[in-house]
Amino acid sequence: MNAPSPAETGYNFAYLDEQTKRMIRRAILKAIAIPGYQVPFASREMPMPYGWGTGGVQVTAAVIGPDDVLKVIDQGSDDTTNAVSIRKFFAKTAGVATTTRTAEATVIQTRHRIPETPLSEGQILVYQVPIPEPLRFLEPRETETRKLHALADYGLMHVKLYEDIARHGHIATTYDYPVEVAGRYVMNPSPTPKFDNPKMHRSPALQLFGAGREKRIYAVPPYTDVVSLDFEDHPFEVQRFEKPCALCAATGVYLDEVVLDDRGGRMFVCSDSDYCASRRDAGHRGEMAGDALPAGQS
Amino acid sequence: MYVAVKGGEAAIDNAHALLAHERRGPADVPEIAPDQIEHQLSLAVDRVMAEGSLYDPALAALAIKQARGDLIEAIFLVRAFRTTLPRFGHSEPLDTARMAIERRISATYKDLPGGQVLGPTFDYTHRLIDFMLAAGVTPPEPAEAEPECGAVPRVTDLLDGEQLIEAETPRDGEPVGDLTRAPLDFPADRDLRLQALARGDEGFLLALGYSTQRGYGRTHPFVGEIRFGEVMAEFVPEELGFAVPLGPVALTECQMVNQFHGNAEQPPQFTRGYGLVFGQSERKAMSMSLVDRALRTREFGEDVVAPAQDEEFVLSHCDNVQATGFVEHLKLPHYVDFQAELGLVRQMRAEHEAARETLREAAE
Amino acid sequence: MLDVASTGFADPVLDAQAQFRALADALARPGSLRAFTPRLTPPVGFPAALASIALTVADHETAIWLDPAFAADPGIAVWLAFHSGARTTSDPSEAAFAFVADIRAMPPLAAFGLGDEAYPDRSTTLVIAVESLAEEGALVLSGPGIETDRRLGVTPWPEGFSAQFAANRALFPRGVDLILAAQGVIAALPRTTRIREA
Repeated sequence: MNAPSPAETGYNFAYLDEQTKRMIRRAILKAIAIPGYQVPFASREMPMPYGWGTGGVQVTAAVIGPDDVLKVIDQGSDDTTNAVSIRKFFAKTAGVATTTRTAEATVIQTRHRIPETPLSEGQILVYQVPIPEPLRFLEPRETETRKLHALADYGLMHVKLYEDIARHGHIATTYDYPVEVAGRYVMNPSPTPKFDNPKMHRSPALQLFGAGREKRIYAVPPYTDVVSLDFEDHPFEVQRFEKPCALCAATGVYLDEVVLDDRGGRMFVCSDSDYCASRRDAGHRGEMAGDALPAGQS
Repeated sequence: MYVAVKGGEAAIDNAHALLAHERRGPADVPEIAPDQIEHQLSLAVDRVMAEGSLYDPALAALAIKQARGDLIEAIFLVRAFRTTLPRFGHSEPLDTARMAIERRISATYKDLPGGQVLGPTFDYTHRLIDFMLAAGVTPPEPAEAEPECGAVPRVTDLLDGEQLIEAETPRDGEPVGDLTRAPLDFPADRDLRLQALARGDEGFLLALGYSTQRGYGRTHPFVGEIRFGEVMAEFVPEELGFAVPLGPVALTECQMVNQFHGNAEQPPQFTRGYGLVFGQSERKAMSMSLVDRALRTREFGEDVVAPAQDEEFVLSHCDNVQATGFVEHLKLPHYVDFQAELGLVRQMRAEHEAARETLREAAE
Repeated sequence: MLDVASTGFADPVLDAQAQFRALADALARPGSLRAFTPRLTPPVGFPAALASIALTVADHETAIWLDPAFAADPGIAVWLAFHSGARTTSDPSEAAFAFVADIRAMPPLAAFGLGDEAYPDRSTTLVIAVESLAEEGALVLSGPGIETDRRLGVTPWPEGFSAQFAANRALFPRGVDLILAAQGVIAALPRTTRIREA
């Protein structure tokens, strides 16, 4: 596919100027070499608001090339408005092919989910990160948290998780659940539900994390240990759903609760819209799918 | 049968079309032109230039029009435009002593070289709605006088002559930091702090400055001087080796004079708080100088006890483009995380209920 | 003086992107060989792969260290300054990138920027020209980016270099990262990699 020339869009390929891309690329190379460490970078002001994926967009803009196929998801879905908006941005500024199919994508930018379809070696998963610092809500000062990371002093985090157990009988963290990467850094996986944490562990894909407002980039290289923090007597466990997806009958996937009426009626459907559609294309039917629902047109 | 919501792309396009329609308003009302905004709402333009950190009145006026008058949105537009501009180098330091003064006041001296110049100010207007403005009237011609020629010394320079105020030593040759090109690192030097404050939100700095006056980090401030006017910006191209003028920049400068008791090595001296912003905004320049002085607490060996003195707190939260983005991102869907919380709360409620049930049975 | 026959990238935007992806992939999968075919003509005496990596990652914000062999030819520093804007430094510990012609004659790894515990990213990336790289070789690699273990052959691989690299590994998160470049191919050894000689 031919990349649009600057004359066509008024901006450089993938929006960012080359100097900015080099600066981000240097940060990405360092992030890959130091798994889980948050590399400071000179995040730019992007044409979308801070908190809406500016970090992920800058990382994607620095890695993407004309041969890439881009998928963008928000809450697991390709159709949510912010995912649509970011996908359009790259289609326009980089002229890249886009897809909703996880398996076809070479670069996947995500907010809050990891796709259900296992990722493969040729893929890069780019996470949008609002608060990259896993210790931030325990210690608001950057000067302090930097020291704690330098000393690998993660006692605060264990105390917090243990207090949860004392008060609630559980670790009460359900998303943004902290992980230890390659046996060294405690890292924030971004606000994905903890259901997705095991997918990060030894994934064949390269995982990159961009936090624009907080000006940090970090990474998990392929086949790298990512362990959710826990205790021997309270081992880490993921959410389980009682019913399969109402549309595709999938089990062992993350489900969204859809409220159907004001009398308590509700159904549970796959949060990963591509995974759900693919299963329905393959003939799987959940209890509320209905035979009339055409494949691929969920 | 259930059909999931689709069509985000069409919805976004429609929303943008509706926004453009609302921006224009009723067709029988004449459309506002950017040059009307630039010249008749010039203080709004000044704020957008200051916090957008780009001196371009026409562009700021257009941004205000595009943003329907939402100034933070206009600042955001200007910032996003600014990011893409190539950098050719740094201007020479602006010499505000050579300002073509439109307004200049000092609260510390009754009269001083260069005089007190009231200039265009709301200060002594009675805040009565002027219904004549609705009708559109031509104002009377303002009085004219010969401009003051030559440099007007700054009040702080006068105090400096007597060594009554701390010396300001220029860091010749040392590079000046730029937080838009390198990530901010704490503790931050004063150059970076001043840059952050100059770009910072007027309302946030106003509240912080006000808090120092109410005892949360008191600094005993006096307005040494506020001046507003145009200063020539100059640039030295490498191939020429001498400064060439780029054009005049309108600025408001505030020099706050603050109390400081000396120590064993230093005789007592006043200390400085500094504010400089694009355009005319005394509120912003004054707030900035109060917060600048408050942020120098550590430098003077004083204890950090108040929010305005807390560098990480102030610098991390003063940028309204960052703040508005992150506050407003809560509008984005969060249903995946909410689902996770829902699941946990339901589970914990069930366990709670079961535990109570067990207790009740044991009691019977 | 600038070598008049030399050029920068044929397409500065897309070439830099393609080269960066090869670099990132090499670093993410240590020891794997990545085809690296730069579209530029470097000055005589400066390998195309190194020239291409320089244009991909270096600019006026980064300092470059050249080993004595490269530094002896002023045309190389001139070319780098002209095409990237990067300045050279004589102090290897302050270089963001170090370019090495001869792995046998370079300073010890600990002489380069190692970063500190709070900012381990403030370290040097070494870009080293070697004669050849092979998928089957004497080095057995493991660590992040490697599924089980991976073989790599590097010629030359000086006596004692494995021990130096192990010492570098032991500094983690501090340390340097290595990019090795032969004709048409690169491989990387980030600070996380463990090396055993088979």
